[in-house]
Amino acid sequence: MSPLLKLSLDQVLIGLQSKAFSATELTQSYLDQIQRTRGHNAYITVTTERALQDAKRSDARWSNGTAGPLEGIPIAVKDAYCTQNILTTAASKMLHNFIPPYESHVTQNLAQAGAVLLGKTNLDEFCMGSTTTPVHTGPTLNPWDVSCTAGGSSGGSAAAIANGSALLALGTDTGGSVRQPAAFCGVVGVKPSYGRCSRWGVVAFASSLDTPGPFARSVKDAALLLNVMAGYDKKDATSLNHPVPDFTRRIGQSLVGKKIGIPKEWFENAQMDPEILDLWKKGQELFEKNGCEIVHVSLPYSSYALPCYYILACAEAASNLQRYDGVKYGFRAKNIENLEDMYCQTRGQGFGPEVKRRILLGTYVLSHGYYDAYYNKAQKVRHMIQHDFRQVFQQVDVLLPPTTPTPAFALKASVSDPVAMYWNDVLTVPVNVGNVCAISVPAGLSNTGLPLGLQLIAPSLAEDRLFQFGHIIESNTSMPDLPF
Amino acid sequence: MSSVSPMSSAGSAAFETVIGLEVHAQIVSQSKLFSGSSSQAFGQDPNTCVSFLDVAMPGMLPTLNQECVDQAIRLGLAISGTISLVSVLDRKHYFYPDNPAGYQISQYQKPIVQDGTLQILSGEKAWKTIRIQRIHIEQDAGKSMHDQDPLTSYVDFNRAGVGLMEIVSHPDLSSPEEVIDYIKRLRCLMRYLGVCHGDMEKGQLRVDANVSVRRPGEDLGTRVELKNMNSLRFLHSALNYEINRQIGEIEHGGRVIQETRTYDPASGKTRPMRTKEVADDYFYFPDPDLTPLVIDSDHVQTIASTLPETPWAKHARFVQVYGLSEYDADLLVEDMDVSYFFEQVVSFLSEPAWAKLTANWILGELFAALNRTNTSFSDAHIHPENMAALIQAVANKKLSNLLAKEVFGIMFETGEHPEKIMEQRGLVQVSNQEDVQQWICTVLNRENDNVAAYLSGKDKLFAFFVGQVMKESKGKANPQAIQALLAESLEKLRP
Repeated sequence: MSPLLKLSLDQVLIGLQSKAFSATELTQSYLDQIQRTRGHNAYITVTTERALQDAKRSDARWSNGTAGPLEGIPIAVKDAYCTQNILTTAASKMLHNFIPPYESHVTQNLAQAGAVLLGKTNLDEFCMGSTTTPVHTGPTLNPWDVSCTAGGSSGGSAAAIANGSALLALGTDTGGSVRQPAAFCGVVGVKPSYGRCSRWGVVAFASSLDTPGPFARSVKDAALLLNVMAGYDKKDATSLNHPVPDFTRRIGQSLVGKKIGIPKEWFENAQMDPEILDLWKKGQELFEKNGCEIVHVSLPYSSYALPCYYILACAEAASNLQRYDGVKYGFRAKNIENLEDMYCQTRGQGFGPEVKRRILLGTYVLSHGYYDAYYNKAQKVRHMIQHDFRQVFQQVDVLLPPTTPTPAFALKASVSDPVAMYWNDVLTVPVNVGNVCAISVPAGLSNTGLPLGLQLIAPSLAEDRLFQFGHIIESNTSMPDLPF
Repeated sequence: MSSVSPMSSAGSAAFETVIGLEVHAQIVSQSKLFSGSSSQAFGQDPNTCVSFLDVAMPGMLPTLNQECVDQAIRLGLAISGTISLVSVLDRKHYFYPDNPAGYQISQYQKPIVQDGTLQILSGEKAWKTIRIQRIHIEQDAGKSMHDQDPLTSYVDFNRAGVGLMEIVSHPDLSSPEEVIDYIKRLRCLMRYLGVCHGDMEKGQLRVDANVSVRRPGEDLGTRVELKNMNSLRFLHSALNYEINRQIGEIEHGGRVIQETRTYDPASGKTRPMRTKEVADDYFYFPDPDLTPLVIDSDHVQTIASTLPETPWAKHARFVQVYGLSEYDADLLVEDMDVSYFFEQVVSFLSEPAWAKLTANWILGELFAALNRTNTSFSDAHIHPENMAALIQAVANKKLSNLLAKEVFGIMFETGEHPEKIMEQRGLVQVSNQEDVQQWICTVLNRENDNVAAYLSGKDKLFAFFVGQVMKESKGKANPQAIQALLAESLEKLRP
């Protein structure tokens, strides 16, 4: 294994600049590592040729002084981002042959910054799930323990960071799909503010909640990646036209006198493992040691975030996935008799069971006679949860809950009970529904040696706080090296 | 309550008809409602005006075209509607190959315009107010093509995503004739405003009608929705057929079923659409890709202050300023280009009082010529300055009516200036006494017997002589000159 893989983003940038090694050498090391870790099934598509071309371009730019902020940095991208002329499947048979003629806004930003695309990573089909176990492309294994889930839906990207087959990676977080796999794989994952990163060109799951987010080995690396991802995009009507700061600017600043909120309802609601409760307690102590004040706060309506989330997300998903009908692109069933048969066969064969379940749920909550009881009520609850967060952030700077109620569980366990699986998101979905931003930072190990994550939550557009506070967790925790 | 009048052309007098219309009007705009591709797709090769959004490629997002919003505001203001400063864009779901996203972005609970009115003519002279419930904006669908191949259907997405206004009336219309007048006036208004070209053949204007019948005083009957009527003629026939069908059902003890029917021009009948063609739940909800449509009230004011003149304002002005009759003014304003032509012609006249004469010529000779040659006004190449010259010549008695019509005929064909035509063909009216006297002598010499009869008391022959002289002069002689000189000459022949 190449020693280059162990270098942090800062070290790599210095090495590239000083010509200690080339982007091509670096990229080749990562491509080799991808092959070495094939067994984890982190990648759906490895873009070897494209990566080497990108690296060659980067070497030229390093030489002629036009290097971008991520020039030559090897990056893995969740296969929900459309990448021009590169297969983009969303881990679904429905898009098994889909090659977009366009590039998503965020990956375009990365390309402009000089990043090298290593490949497209595995996910739960259409981002629906928390285990990265799509039928079409198979499960991603947790590099810390291959019998366990890597989390999801962006499990491929999290695993790629954890097994050293990417330095940085992109995910999308709709209800925890970046933070939960980050926690399970012992890496940093960020759910930025909704609208901070353009959704243009990202295969939609639930439009009002989908948030592109970065994965990295460290808090600072994640901030540097978000610097490049973020920015207003007029092609996305929900994009925020708001200046993008340098997200690293507060890293290292003192936290003395800052207030850390502990949402009390989340104790009762989440049915957390004792070792997670222990982790949470240690996290509070850690911030107290750094001069922060712990404040117990209440977000009464956040207890309803989970059902609220599953109603809204499924409704939007059912609608967003209506376009997959076999007419224009992607999978079309064979031996069809007529139009209706084409729809039924194509969608029946093209979607996996979890996607179908959510389409049915979503269709149900939007149907005539049930709309008010479900969708409309969920929208009202959403506003109340957002109100709760606004109130709480008048009292505290950040909130500190764990990222997940349990450590990564066995892959075998992930197929049984869908509702039990949905409970796994109980600590992450309030962030998406509440329109705030959050980070998951590795903060310890479970009894069986699996990584555990603590979450920090800040108001919308205050991501720099996440990196400032997250850095304190990182620098006060002794995590073992990533398993590669 | 809807206002209802007895049946006119269809059905029996024992029943009243109640009709409400949903008019789909393609919005005039450079690009589509949510994408940058051209909205001028009619007649283009299939799938050449299509963006990634228009075919619902994964990850593509809609961005609202403000020009389409402004057009809807224009129409809303012109019908005295209320402009919603906050409205919502909803998704309406159904599966069909020409509906690329599986949903159409439309407006459901909060449309951009509410509560307007339109005046129509009911019968010959009575004005009637039709209430307009709402106008909302939405995406047009693509077109399924089943005639390309016996086994395969194709879809052309050129039209997919073009902006539409759906204009929904209350059930205030009481006859097929009122329906036709409503659509004509609505179309005329939209053309004046420049918000819709209104060509039904090109699908720029499409009409769905909700039709029911009842005995006077009864509650509203069960309504049938007639869909997909793309010409006024078909619409009229479809309504007549449907009204009679419903009355027939009731008179024979049956009842009308609430359903959606379509008109078959070949048989002249309406037939139920298959239930699969009609969804019963569209799963409406606000499009999460779009924020609510917020309109600044100052913006509405700006649009209001730059609104083009409406047809009814122009009508009033024509009556008041040019002294036209209500009827003539109505005919002139019906086509914006004609009304514009009329005013241009008048602007070239030396005497404004000749405006009435101008109206007569446009509504008479010009319209007749258009009809005769089956030409549309926009294809006629008569320059307003030339038309004015002709009117001047008539008014100044340089041309007799007969000659003027001949000159006009040539003008209509060639587009030449009337004076050039008159010169080339020697069509100038002759008032010169010697020339006229010459023609009179020729006629009187030829008509010896009639002259004798005249002199013996048959006064009525005078008109005959006038006609003969005019004929002899090939229409060039000034009629007044003929009258005077002929009377003189005949007097001289008395013994």
